[in-house]
Amino acid sequence: MAQVILFLQQLLNGLSLGSIYALIALGYTMVYGVLRFINFAHGDVYMLGAYAGFAITNVIYTIIPLDQYSAISRHTFIPIFVCTAIVMLGAMIFCAILGMSIERIAYRPLRDRPRLTVLITAIGVSLFLQNMTQFFVGAQPQAFKQLIPVRAIEGLGDLTVLSSQAAIIISTIVLMVFLRLVVMKTKIGLAMRALSVNPTACSLMGVNNGLVISFTFALGSALAAAAGILVAMDSPSINPLMGNLQGIKAFVAAVLGGIGNINGAVVGGLIIGVLETLVVGYSNELTTLFPPLHYLFPEGVSQFRDAISFAVLIIILLFKPTGIFGRVEREKV
Amino acid sequence: MSRARAILGIFLLFLFLFALFGERPLAANQAYYYDILINIGINIILAVSLNLVNGYTGQFSLGHAGFMAVGAYAAGSWSEHLSPGMVNFLAGSNGVLTFVLKPFPFLQALPGMFADNLALVIATIFGGLLAALAGLAVGIPSLRLRGDYLAIVTLGFGEIIRTVILNIDFLGAARGMSVTGRYTNMFWTFGIAAVAIYIVLGLVNSTYGRGFLTVRDDEVAAEAMGINTTKYKVIAFVVGAFFAGTAGSLFAHYTGFLTPEGFNFFKSVDVVVMVILGGMGSTTGVILAAILLTILPELLRGLAHTDFVPAFQKALEGVIPIHLPPLQGLLENRLILYSLLLIIMMLTRPQGLFGDIAGSRKRVASSPSK
Repeated sequence: MAQVILFLQQLLNGLSLGSIYALIALGYTMVYGVLRFINFAHGDVYMLGAYAGFAITNVIYTIIPLDQYSAISRHTFIPIFVCTAIVMLGAMIFCAILGMSIERIAYRPLRDRPRLTVLITAIGVSLFLQNMTQFFVGAQPQAFKQLIPVRAIEGLGDLTVLSSQAAIIISTIVLMVFLRLVVMKTKIGLAMRALSVNPTACSLMGVNNGLVISFTFALGSALAAAAGILVAMDSPSINPLMGNLQGIKAFVAAVLGGIGNINGAVVGGLIIGVLETLVVGYSNELTTLFPPLHYLFPEGVSQFRDAISFAVLIIILLFKPTGIFGRVEREKV
Repeated sequence: MSRARAILGIFLLFLFLFALFGERPLAANQAYYYDILINIGINIILAVSLNLVNGYTGQFSLGHAGFMAVGAYAAGSWSEHLSPGMVNFLAGSNGVLTFVLKPFPFLQALPGMFADNLALVIATIFGGLLAALAGLAVGIPSLRLRGDYLAIVTLGFGEIIRTVILNIDFLGAARGMSVTGRYTNMFWTFGIAAVAIYIVLGLVNSTYGRGFLTVRDDEVAAEAMGINTTKYKVIAFVVGAFFAGTAGSLFAHYTGFLTPEGFNFFKSVDVVVMVILGGMGSTTGVILAAILLTILPELLRGLAHTDFVPAFQKALEGVIPIHLPPLQGLLENRLILYSLLLIIMMLTRPQGLFGDIAGSRKRVASSPSK
């Protein structure tokens, strides 16, 4: 029984980590869907989302000292909820504008150029955002003030569910439903889907492609900002380079699910999150299963936590480059 | 090939001069310039070898620092653990060379004089070979991918190499590894740079070069013509990795201390910026860019510490009512410069500074090798 609880616990941790990856992966996959290129700077938009949230939280704390609410109770639930919503919405709006400006300044002039040119520009934008952030706020990590008190939710037996984890999973579900509604039920969502099938035909049908692309960037960046704040709830230390690794892992998630496919990004994100947590959680068992690992890496395979997603990426690209839900694209000459 | 000869000639001239004056100086200000010169040499090797992959063959790799790391660590541990015995065996007081040279008393000082150089060359070749092996292992699976995917996968491999080194205790893990024999000098740095340039230009101006260029220009058409594109990609990749490894070895034997952090993604970006600034597929341009981008951060760092910067900041803060962090940081962070260079180059001149002048696609394509 203890084993089962442990496994469930790992699974839960993995799901909350995976939700973050999924939220970031959505931005990669949507931009890839409409523009067919990897927005390298997306991880940094996520980082800036966390910083925007950090700034707004600090402002809120100077107005209302939230420290006095040490527990979530009937009386504190509403202010905490409202403050979290304000921080999240503020950061999302900030990043939506940021994403649109990046697209407008750096990517739009390159619309008809080779994809490699755009990729290099995206790397440049990513480095620029990181280093300018480093210049303005310093390279040292900052402590994100707690928005919700982080403690275990009671009444779940041996399973420990932190309030932050619950917040991550619930917010992710809400955002996914919202995204689903936008993409499937609205006119601009229809335009996005049309654009991803055939941009030329789409513009012939009277769709303003530039506007749709801007909207896609705004939507993806807003989701990344939400991910940034949710991460800060769980591990309240943010730094200007935090977007690098998370960004790449989320990209791997998008590729795993089939890049360009929205459902795929979510599934991919969850898989990567769970896989990462399980490998770290069961590293001892893994080394017992494969004794050579023990001789090579006496400190255990959990050190390789960050390399797991790269290994997954390489394996998928070698055996099924289209990912789980991706479509095969034929190259036409 | 005349251009190749000209470049090579200039290098040999440098080599000669440096061999004469190129002892590692002890005075601090001289050591600083010596340091920059060595870095220029190492960066030229890195940029020219990456240009073979990214420029001539068109396979955008972001993992060059990974191969440099393999070369550096391989050569470093060779020097630390294996080389002393070997050099002793060859050039020691009872060594093979000493024995062979016994009948010639006037040559007997030779082995001792060259012991350090011999150690460096053997270690460098070893580092290069291991890096080439890593290049082969990475290249065969990943070169089936194209464009952005290849970029991400090579980035991934670079990071995996770094993570693996970070976890191998034998290589010092996160503590770093020190290399006692600081053998690198001007002669070998620029000598190996000359060899790298010669081999890259030689390859490009041969049948292989035609293969590389067709792969870059149109892979589908190349395959339709019966060209084994994978073969050419792998060759370019392995040669590139080999020279990255030699650069790593020179670096290891120059600084005498290696950390996995020194070979992270940003190191790869440094080299990529050189290739892009110089112009993908222009060896001359890439060499000039490597020189420029080694000196420029130093100049900016010098500028950052003049009185002008605080004065400027004061004036600026008088105009805009925002309190800025010290502007020195802006000048000292080379990545801000590099990122702006990348964006501006791509928006205004994607072929690079020298992309149209020498060694560009048109020139190479229209002048068959002689």
